[in-house]
Amino acid sequence: MRKIKLMMNVMAFGTMAFLYLPLIAVAFFSVNNTKYGLAWKGFTLDWYIQLFHNEMILQIAWNTLVLAVVSTLVSTVLGTALAIGMDRFPWPGKMNTLLDLILHLPVIIPDIILAAALVVAFGFLRQISSVFEPGLTSMIIGHITFQTAFVALVVRSRLVSIGKDVEEAARDLYATTPYLLRRVTLPLLTPGIIAGAMLAFTLSLDDFVISFFTAGPESVTLPLYIFAAVRRVVTPQIHALSTLILFVTILLVIAMERFTRKAKVK
Amino acid sequence: MNRLMIWYGELISQKKLIKRGALFLTPGMLWLVIFLVLPGLILILISFAGRGSYGELVWEFSLDNYKRLMGYGVFGWTPDYIVILLRSVWVTLITTGISVVLSYPLCFFIAGKPKRTRYVWLMVVIVPFWTNMVIRTYSWFLILAPELPFAKLAAYFKLISPGMALYPSAFAVYLGMISIFLPFVALPLFSSIERLDWTLVEAAQDLYASNIRIFMQAILPQTLPGLSVGIILTFVPAMGMFVVPDLLGGAKYMLVGNLIQQQFGASRDWAFGAAISMGLMVLTLFSLYLYRRKNKDMELL
Repeated sequence: MRKIKLMMNVMAFGTMAFLYLPLIAVAFFSVNNTKYGLAWKGFTLDWYIQLFHNEMILQIAWNTLVLAVVSTLVSTVLGTALAIGMDRFPWPGKMNTLLDLILHLPVIIPDIILAAALVVAFGFLRQISSVFEPGLTSMIIGHITFQTAFVALVVRSRLVSIGKDVEEAARDLYATTPYLLRRVTLPLLTPGIIAGAMLAFTLSLDDFVISFFTAGPESVTLPLYIFAAVRRVVTPQIHALSTLILFVTILLVIAMERFTRKAKVK
Repeated sequence: MNRLMIWYGELISQKKLIKRGALFLTPGMLWLVIFLVLPGLILILISFAGRGSYGELVWEFSLDNYKRLMGYGVFGWTPDYIVILLRSVWVTLITTGISVVLSYPLCFFIAGKPKRTRYVWLMVVIVPFWTNMVIRTYSWFLILAPELPFAKLAAYFKLISPGMALYPSAFAVYLGMISIFLPFVALPLFSSIERLDWTLVEAAQDLYASNIRIFMQAILPQTLPGLSVGIILTFVPAMGMFVVPDLLGGAKYMLVGNLIQQQFGASRDWAFGAAISMGLMVLTLFSLYLYRRKNKDMELL
């Protein structure tokens, strides 16, 4: 038994090394004082400083943030309403199955097909309005589409777990619908809504495929920029940018974990 | 319709209740129908259309795109597209399989840590899960570069010529795919392993079960819910993956994702792209169906 345990631990450490070696390499070469090659030429923060003086990269980072914030706000509202609408009303079984299926589409269909469908749909919609030209707006629409489904799934599971007792009690005491929502349902639901919003936000920051298909020349985001750059040539500046994104990711993950743990304790 | 009913403590007519429910449902559902369901249906429709000489759609019903996907072209039959489709399934199966095999020891290791520090160890899996795919893919460029020991070792054994990088290659695609999707399996699996009832494992040991039998009959059934979620979270995006083969496989190891991307990008042949997407969708849904038939009581998310 001890032998097996030792073998397991060795495998676990091997797997961790496998996951982190590439990321550590990126961070390592982001402070290497040479433009070409992989030989160690001393420590420098030049690549980071250059990054903050690069107008284009700042603009791209701004695009990424705007895309994530706007799409998260809209999808959180849509997804929350959708979850309440699905869980709190006596819909016939068949309709429930259909709604459930639509909600699960982004989970069971590869995202590249979603992206392809959006390209085609925007192609047709462009004849109606120029809003659907490739660009930030069409990217936001694309992101909202898959985010809404995920927010609704998260919020709905919270709705199921808080049960209907408190709402029923409020109704017994003649609470009106707006009052019930404001004073009972939404406060109870807040942890679920925030968890859903955080999931939507990270999904947006993380997304590559949907953005890649719907982006225009003016609406490049960080993942798109890194992808285009490394296809040409990999520079230490890209390493610096990637390392920064990695740090932001770690901070977000810590914040998300802290929050969900707190919600559980309550 | 106008029947009065009691719905969770409220006396209300059915009509009113349905109206109120529709108010909640409509905005989100309308959005999903306009930008998800209808585009999907249009995609199915145009997979039967044709391509004009400027890349525009030609509306006449034909099965040409599907015939082309099956390999019947102007110059007779070639297996190119079928090879790429089957290769995608193969790469996905290998990726999922190896991810599962590596995830178990990793999850056991983390679950074995005391409660206080376990969460810190779990971060080891969560951080790569959320780190951008493009960064995690291109970072292999560095590890596989000709200057580093891995490529030198491969050159020493005459696997590649000296001074060459280990990418683009099939090997690099597998490395990239597994490193991206391993956390997708490990994270849901961990939630099952954390709740594992070890007394069953002890009972099996007391009765002198072999290690394989202990795993198959005492551990696997208990961890199946988490494992199923992990397998689906891996299988679906892996089938459509195009970043990894694009960066690490090059033209040498194309997957169906690259093929679709080409049709909507450089080649501008939406109709054929739609047909390939349908092929991918059928393969994905069919695999999910097979998996589901074997494990009847699984739950998604």
